[in-house]
Amino acid sequence: MGIYSKPVVFAVLSAVVILIGTIVTVFIPLFMPSTQPVSPLIKPYTAIELEGRDLYIREGCNNCHTQTVRPLRTEVLRYGEYSKPEEFAYDRPFLWGSRRTGPDLNRIGGKYPDSWHYRHMQSPQGMFEKSNMPPYGWLAENPLDTRYSIKKISVLGYGYSAAEVERQIADYRAKVTAADYDSKETRDQVTPEKLRGDLTEMDAMIAYLQKLGRDVKNLEATK
Amino acid sequence: MSETGYEYRVVRGFAFSALFWLVIGLVVGLWIAFEMFNPALNLTPWLSFGRLRVVHTNGLGLGFGLAGIFATSYYILQRLTRAPLAFPKLALAHLYLFNAAIALAALSLFMGMNTTREYAELEWPLDVGVVILWVMYAINVFGTLLKRQEKQMYISLWYIIAMTVTIAVLYIVNNLAVPVTLFKSYSLYAGANDANVEWWYGHNIVGFIFTVPVLAMFYYFLPKATGLPIYSHRLSIISFWALIFAYLWTGAHHLMLTPLPEWIQTVAIAFSIFLIAPSWGSVVNGYYTLQGNWDQMRSNYLVKFFILGITFYGLQTLQGPLQGLRTLNAFFHYTDWVVGHVHMGTMGWVAMVISASFYYMIPRITGNELHSIKLANMHFWLILGGQLTWTITMWIGGIQQGAMWKATNPDGSLMYNFLDSVTSLYPYYRLRFAAGLVYFIGILIFVYNLVMTVRKRPVEA
Repeated sequence: MGIYSKPVVFAVLSAVVILIGTIVTVFIPLFMPSTQPVSPLIKPYTAIELEGRDLYIREGCNNCHTQTVRPLRTEVLRYGEYSKPEEFAYDRPFLWGSRRTGPDLNRIGGKYPDSWHYRHMQSPQGMFEKSNMPPYGWLAENPLDTRYSIKKISVLGYGYSAAEVERQIADYRAKVTAADYDSKETRDQVTPEKLRGDLTEMDAMIAYLQKLGRDVKNLEATK
Repeated sequence: MSETGYEYRVVRGFAFSALFWLVIGLVVGLWIAFEMFNPALNLTPWLSFGRLRVVHTNGLGLGFGLAGIFATSYYILQRLTRAPLAFPKLALAHLYLFNAAIALAALSLFMGMNTTREYAELEWPLDVGVVILWVMYAINVFGTLLKRQEKQMYISLWYIIAMTVTIAVLYIVNNLAVPVTLFKSYSLYAGANDANVEWWYGHNIVGFIFTVPVLAMFYYFLPKATGLPIYSHRLSIISFWALIFAYLWTGAHHLMLTPLPEWIQTVAIAFSIFLIAPSWGSVVNGYYTLQGNWDQMRSNYLVKFFILGITFYGLQTLQGPLQGLRTLNAFFHYTDWVVGHVHMGTMGWVAMVISASFYYMIPRITGNELHSIKLANMHFWLILGGQLTWTITMWIGGIQQGAMWKATNPDGSLMYNFLDSVTSLYPYYRLRFAAGLVYFIGILIFVYNLVMTVRKRPVEA
């Protein structure tokens, strides 16, 4: 046969063959709004939540934790309402994961108080003796880098102005450093003294975890 | 350069690069396997599981896998075209840049520059580097093919062409991102689309790195090592086109029961089942090639590697579509079952075939005899035993975990909390670590055997 002695024709033909499935199952869905619906009830991440999300990405948390609750009875029992496509409209990248060495986190927001997370991140084994989660206490020793927050928000198109981003950062700093912050005692325990008045990476990580799944309740309420 | 004019320095360079990254990748693998039952090894941020796991997968997939593919394909290309590499200096530059890029990639992942796209975790400057490296490779592939002395292209060349084209498409489309800084970017796609693009890539990178080029090796080196022609040319034609056509439809079987539109998932299931046929086309072709000559399993140390390798490929391509079925997927997904599945392919099929290809190739390009067939046999049995123990342990662990997640009390409440399902796996994780150690010893013997082979003085011609 001819094509087996014509490398360029063969390469072009191979490209056509691999592109058919690609176009149907990947490229066309990109242009169908039903693939990734958007709901006004699902809010984009604030600057602090986004910084926390970037830390989640940096530390590769997705290697052990998924963020999709499947529509299965025991899964809904364990984690809560199953995941809806609208929830992920602002996720770039998506963080659904592929392995549950640890539990799913799509419904972790609001499940525990901040103090629980400070204590758990500091020492998972202190809370659950046999847990195999790595300790992340050192996140509280790193001040949060917000130099690129405004640029990040603008690249992602979340629609906050620079002033709003700065206010979000200032508001969150005020919240966690306030004398009446409900998790103050635990935060002070895990945060080195010189950083207690400032935002740390741990603060942002917890802000992100507390956001996960919070808006789905609004979505459910309308159904 | 050898007396025939073939460029073998680059083949040898890539072969030993592959061995180097193989050892590094396995050491990291053993480290994270230990962390799974003893988190005390998460000593520093750089050594925490979340960062190390990607060093393991990228080190072995890109470092070992790609270097092994470059070594064997530069060799196969020259032999099958009867032409020396079109641009030998470019190939040498490719070799040096490749190793620099892998070292930088490992460093960047240790530092947490990680896009989280599975098997495409590198940040955008390194992605650009990977694309440049791929273009350098493609120029030599097509340059050599165009000046070939042999009119017909043999099966292995089809697979090499298909890989060269497809990896370029996959890698570029999946890694499109908007940079924020030099070290940070955001994906161009959002949510369900991002997931769909990523698993189209993720599944096909396995197809076109761990399957297609390894089949190129299998179709070339099995007949060479046995002196037997491939059983059916026609079957290889059908298998080739059906395989590369169907593969691209199946990525969404990694996203079963997620918020991705159901039709994409269902299409993926259908094509996954279809893929059994072309996969087994190659398996059958391999087995029937040995028809009447099965004594070579005993008399020819290389044949064991190829036949066990293609057997694991056959099992892999049955297991994959089955665990993609919705009901089975609901049970197995997110458990260690899938981890076992992946490692049967990589530790069994890929490593076995690359091992045998190197054993065939290295003596021929250096003019030395293999240092020790006895050691090669020892290597075979250790990696076979190590891999089987490893994967079977993970399958059992996966079944147990899946069952514990689903178990309910008579009143309908959950029987186990999540932590119960984790701690119950620790005995399996310990056994998996031990099996990994056995496998690693086998690989060290492999490396030693090849190092000793090239260090010998060439046999007088």
